[in-house]
Parts: sequence; C-alpha cells; structure tokens
Amino acid sequence: MYCPVCESTPLDVCPTEACRQWRDLIRTMLTEGKSEEEIKQYFVLQYGARVLDEPPNRLLTYLVPAVAILLGALMLLRGFQMWMKPSITEADEEPKGKPDQDPYIAKLEEELKKQK
Amino acid sequence: MTETSIPAPRRGVPLWAQIIIWVFLAGLLVIVALGLRRAQQGTVQPGQVIEDFTLPLYSSYEFEGKNEVHLKDLRGKVVVINFWASWCKPCEQEAADLQQAWTEYEPTGEVVFLGVDYVDTEPEARVYLKKFGITYANGPDLATRISQYFRTKGVPETYFVDKDGVLNYVQIGPFKSVEEIRAQIDPLLK
Repeated sequence: MYCPVCESTPLDVCPTEACRQWRDLIRTMLTEGKSEEEIKQYFVLQYGARVLDEPPNRLLTYLVPAVAILLGALMLLRGFQMWMKPSITEADEEPKGKPDQDPYIAKLEEELKKQK
Repeated sequence: MTETSIPAPRRGVPLWAQIIIWVFLAGLLVIVALGLRRAQQGTVQPGQVIEDFTLPLYSSYEFEGKNEVHLKDLRGKVVVINFWASWCKPCEQEAADLQQAWTEYEPTGEVVFLGVDYVDTEPEARVYLKKFGITYANGPDLATRISQYFRTKGVPETYFVDKDGVLNYVQIGPFKSVEEIRAQIDPLLK
C-alpha cells in the first residue's frame, strides 16, 4: 500500500503522521483477526483504490492493455508484411531485364525513344 | 507524348491501419492534455455551482439527527465546507476559530458548517474533534470523492457556498482569526 498524502511513497517507509496512523490501524485490525484482503477492502472503501500498490483485480484493468498490445502487434505485423512484399517482387523481377537498370529509367528511356 | 502509367510503389501502411494509428495517437494526446489541464486548474473556482455530494457523518457529529448530509438539501443556506485531518498541524491553528464561528452562526439557522475529514483514521479524528470542542457536522471523505471533486491541493481548505449553491470563496490554508471567517460569511447573508 501507498501513502495517501505523499505520491509514490510506500506506506511502510513514509515518515508522515498520516502513515503512522495507518500503520497503527493496520496493526490493530491484524490483532482483531482481520485478513489481509479484509484490511485492503477497508482501505479501498475509506480512501480509494489509489492507495493500493496494484490496481484492483477488475476485468477492464487487464483487458484494455491486453487488447491494446494485441492490436498494436497486429498492426506492426501487417505493416511489416506490406513493407516486405514489394521488395520481394522487385527482386524476383530483376533477372528478366538488365540487371543494373532501374525499371523507371527503362520506362523513361522508352518514352524518349518514342518521341524521337 | 503518349501517356503510360508507371505502377506506383506499393510500400507503406494500409489506409485503415494509418487511420487507427492516428486516431489512437490523437486520443492519447487528448488524454494527456486533459490531465495537464486538470493539474493546472487548481481548486474549483468561485462562481461555479457546486454539484451535490453526500457526506456520511461520524456518530455524535450528525446533522439534524441524520447520519449523512446531502449538499442539495442545504439550498437556501450558506454552507461552509472545511477540509481537515487530524494529522494536519496547520488545521489545528484554525480549529478553535471555526468552532467559535459555528457557535455564533448556528442560532441563525442560515449557515451550516461541514467538516470533511480527509484521509484520516476515525479514532484520531475523534480525538482531534474532542480536543478542539468541535460540535458541527463532521464525517470522512470516503474514497476521497469530495476532495477530488473540489480538486483540493491539501488541508486545510475551506469553501464558502452561497444560498444558491454557488461557490463564493476559497480559503487555502488556515484562517488566522474568527474575523476572517465572519468576513466571508456575513456578505452572503445579506
């Protein structure tokens, strides 16, 4: 769990009075026989989910990043496939013409010949 | 010159993927911009109508015998909302002045004081309330919903809401005297 007042400071090392009170409260709850889960639930209810070091176990918490990563991976894969395709075609077609001649230059030369 | 079509190179990301990427990036930018705007906004500003909220109340600190209070039920009254915590040393500077102001305005029935206890533990909060002899309605800011709505930057902070539910003044930090509190309430009673 994290300090409610200082940002990103773990509760067990935070020197503020608020955290000292929270540590005392946790100690009291533990001596009363409350489980870790019950204590966490109490703190979330009282102070909000931001005090937890991990987000609450909700479907959306994990679903959204998973879908985003999957979507990104698919887009990258598709992108790479599209980038690779033309270069493979060019490489296959090259031996048919003059090996060192660009197809665009060949087209241009052909046009010039026609004009003459 | 005869027109011959030169086949365009087929390199690049397809249109649908480009649209998705740009929409995603634009969405990301909007989220970042909204976050920055919210961070720079500060507290809610005077002139704004304060939305309804529910404050659960500690036992012995109820309002008119009820264990929770709704802001919308207080229309027609001046509402003084004070954010505090037992661990907050500056809050102690104003605690007695707030209680004195409450004892002055309570008989008029036109002013309500609400103490919103920010990220506090109840036993310590009760010790604090008893120490300063506070008698007005007080309760915890459950899940920090109220302080998030007001966008408080810390404690103590005090918000003065007029009879129409419009925020009139925000006090950041402790009051130095009871006169400072009166100076904000009296104009709202005219």
